[in-house]
Amino acid sequence: MADPLHQFKIETIVQGPVFEVGGVHVDLSLTNSVLAMLIAVGVTLLFFALTTARASIIPGRGQVVAESIFGLMDDLTDSIIGHEGRKFLPYVLTLFLFILSCNLVGMFTYFTATSQIAVTLTLAAMTILLVLGVGFIRNGLGFFKMFVPSGVPWYILLVLVPIEVIAFVMRPVTLTLRLFGNMLGGHIVMKVFAGFIVTGLAMGIGGYAIGALSLSTIVALTTLEFLVAYLQAFVFAVLTCVYLSDVVNIGHH
Amino acid sequence: MDTASATLIAGGLKYIGAGLATLGMIGAGIGLGILFGNYYVGALRNPSAAKTQQTNLFIGMALTEALGIFAFVIALLILFNKPSL
Repeated sequence: MADPLHQFKIETIVQGPVFEVGGVHVDLSLTNSVLAMLIAVGVTLLFFALTTARASIIPGRGQVVAESIFGLMDDLTDSIIGHEGRKFLPYVLTLFLFILSCNLVGMFTYFTATSQIAVTLTLAAMTILLVLGVGFIRNGLGFFKMFVPSGVPWYILLVLVPIEVIAFVMRPVTLTLRLFGNMLGGHIVMKVFAGFIVTGLAMGIGGYAIGALSLSTIVALTTLEFLVAYLQAFVFAVLTCVYLSDVVNIGHH
Repeated sequence: MDTASATLIAGGLKYIGAGLATLGMIGAGIGLGILFGNYYVGALRNPSAAKTQQTNLFIGMALTEALGIFAFVIALLILFNKPSL
């Protein structure tokens, strides 16, 4: 039976220059992961270029979709971060669209870029570096007030502050692993059930029932995966907003 | 026991370990059930407020789900860890 993990294998499509910088191995080849991301970005750009090129007062079908995606993220940043949320809208919207299109490319083609931990780690690191940067630039050393909840007696703070620090340090880890684990897990499950069809059919006439059951399960799982693809992109954007809101509104909660 | 059969048994025990690690997902499953159950209880009592709490629901879902994903990742780590023998 085919290995359900084969789909996550990185393969070089076009060999690029390979060199070492300070002992770090750098390979600039075009891999299937890079290609999937390029397709995702290209499709997103094309979609928004086509739908908003001739924007009209009475929007067409495509324009409604584009505007509602934009409006969704605008509402999100505004409701979570507050009146300064619009400053962070470009970042959050880009992140949302990139993750969503990568997930959807994974659903329609065979390779999911967001099931690579390198990609999700990069996205999470970007978010957390932005949070740290915004936190230190806006508040200076007042950034550390984030770890000290107000109105708590000092002896409870002895326990609470380490917990808050650990929770903060775990944020990039959970951001990385949530997206990675969801996409990886979902695609493995689909391929495992696809394998059941083949094994079921190979068992002969009695296995046909197993095959039919597995096939209908895959149809249901595919629906679920489309939901997960959207939901994980949304959750990543929401959590980015929440983390940004923590440092933007530091003394307000 | 000779080395060959010990390695074989260790290889098999690895799968048991990975299976046990996924038991951590039970907690995440219960948590998600409580979360969504209570959301729907609240949403049916006050449907007009349900829409405004959807973002909070997803934040809670993401935080709960992360713990289940941790168990999954640990299972993968056990499964694909090259033995350093």
